[in-house]
Amino acid sequence: MRRYQVKKILTGSVSGILKVMLCLFFAFPFYWMIITSLKSYMESIRYPPTLWPKELTLEGYLTVFRGLDVGMYLKNSVIIIICIIMMQVVIMVPAAYGFARYSFKGSGLLFGIVTIAFMVPSQVTFVSVYIMFSRMRLMRTLLPQILPFGANAFGIFLLRQTFKQVPDELIESARLDDAGEIKIMMEIMIPMAKSTFVTVALLSFISHWNAYFWPLVMTTTESVKPFTLCIDKLKDLDYGLVWPTIMAGNVILVLPVLVLFLFGSKRIISAMAYRGMK
Amino acid sequence: MMGEEKKKKKGGAIWWERVRPYVMVGPCMIFLAVFTVYPVLNMIYLSFFDYNLLTEKKYIGLKNYERLFFVNVDFWNAVKNTAIYTLSVVILLIFFALVFALWLQKSTVLNSIAQRIIFLPHICAMLSVAMVFQWMMDEKGLLNMVLEFFRLPALRWLNSSATALLSVIVVNVWKNIGYYALILMSSLKAIPAEINEAAELDDAKPLSKFFKITLPMLSPQVFFLLVTITISSFKVFESVRVLTGGGPGDSTQVLVYYIYRYAMTNLKFGYASAAGTFLLAVVLILTVVYFRLPGKRVHYQ
Repeated sequence: MRRYQVKKILTGSVSGILKVMLCLFFAFPFYWMIITSLKSYMESIRYPPTLWPKELTLEGYLTVFRGLDVGMYLKNSVIIIICIIMMQVVIMVPAAYGFARYSFKGSGLLFGIVTIAFMVPSQVTFVSVYIMFSRMRLMRTLLPQILPFGANAFGIFLLRQTFKQVPDELIESARLDDAGEIKIMMEIMIPMAKSTFVTVALLSFISHWNAYFWPLVMTTTESVKPFTLCIDKLKDLDYGLVWPTIMAGNVILVLPVLVLFLFGSKRIISAMAYRGMK
Repeated sequence: MMGEEKKKKKGGAIWWERVRPYVMVGPCMIFLAVFTVYPVLNMIYLSFFDYNLLTEKKYIGLKNYERLFFVNVDFWNAVKNTAIYTLSVVILLIFFALVFALWLQKSTVLNSIAQRIIFLPHICAMLSVAMVFQWMMDEKGLLNMVLEFFRLPALRWLNSSATALLSVIVVNVWKNIGYYALILMSSLKAIPAEINEAAELDDAKPLSKFFKITLPMLSPQVFFLLVTITISSFKVFESVRVLTGGGPGDSTQVLVYYIYRYAMTNLKFGYASAAGTFLLAVVLILTVVYFRLPGKRVHYQ
């Protein structure tokens, strides 16, 4: 019995040490990104590299802000994300409500289309969408980066689920009080779905803040590019790769997501797990 | 659904009752039609044309497909690279996701910290993840220093066609492992406690318990991962674009990069559409396989 306990403690501590190493393995690239961003150029190219910089400098960050019009790109990203989220609310709420609370002819077929749309990758649709927007001469606007995301299939799934869970009695009693359908939606459904809204908005924010492929193919002018594409340009800012500058830009790109994760990791994780289970 | 009062209302109100759901889902369906359904159909249509956006499009029948499958060798190279990439990523991700999920499933403080840390890369921009790895994989970078420390020969990572694809695989596995482990963990929690207790009462060895209970119970989820990871691997682009740009040579040229290059750089929209149709077909087949197969082969509770 005692040998069994010793063995158990031993394997427990070995497993614990390995877990700490696992954490280090996954956290290290973030550390390296931040540390490199604080090095001087001369120190960054030294080999072997220093794990802790001899002198800390903000040179990298200053170069980012001097070399690029960061404000413009950030503004584009923010406008795009706000417009997408607002549009999604306006379009998805009634749709999810319709699918959740009414049975109507063709609802199965229409919901099937939503499900299939969920599967079609944007890497397949971009050619036609690009042609469409350039024919309409809208390539110099932010619209090609906003409009295609109006109907977010995952958001519809999530909201529909939430609306379905609202107890029928609640709605029936509201109907007896002669509440109109719009009043029911605004005063019962939407407050009930508040938490789902936050989740959908969070996931939309993360995916559009990080978006790279879509902006890359949908922008031809500098003035409509989002922040990710500005970070992409840091590689061409100087002759050769100046890693402190590049990493400084990436720290700025990762920071908002890191902060969100710090405060909302539980919500993000459960939403992502739900998406995985679908 | 209709209450007593509603029936008293006039014909107009009843008509509105009927139409209302369509009005509600209408805008959403219009968006899907314009930005998903139409682009897909249009892409298939365009794949039969020679089209560069500037001049009039010209119908050329199956010429694009002929060029794709039989004339241009670069297409099959891209498919081959995508297949190698997909196979490796699927195997590595499922294996490590299973290991981490089983290892970190108990709710302890250390486990929940570890879960969060390995999940974090998944929600960060691939652009940043790829760039920091590009920096670490520099020939005078950190990873070579580590190799040197263990007296191993330095690698040329992204600069050699022998290791470039492998490097792309490593980055993608590192970034997404936490997400898939998380999915498996949430389905591990769904396994009824009695089953595990029964196994423990029978004094089952951990390994045999894993193969006889855990794995069969998890099999729908593992199968789901298999399909999702395969589909998402066929779409790999960002990491390739940032890390290697398809090179050196065309050793990391993958399917989506191929489509992207022909459409956006060479402006051969018809030809790119043919390649896009191929990608769509692959994704579609995999999706159908996923929806058809599980009922027969995989254990459900």
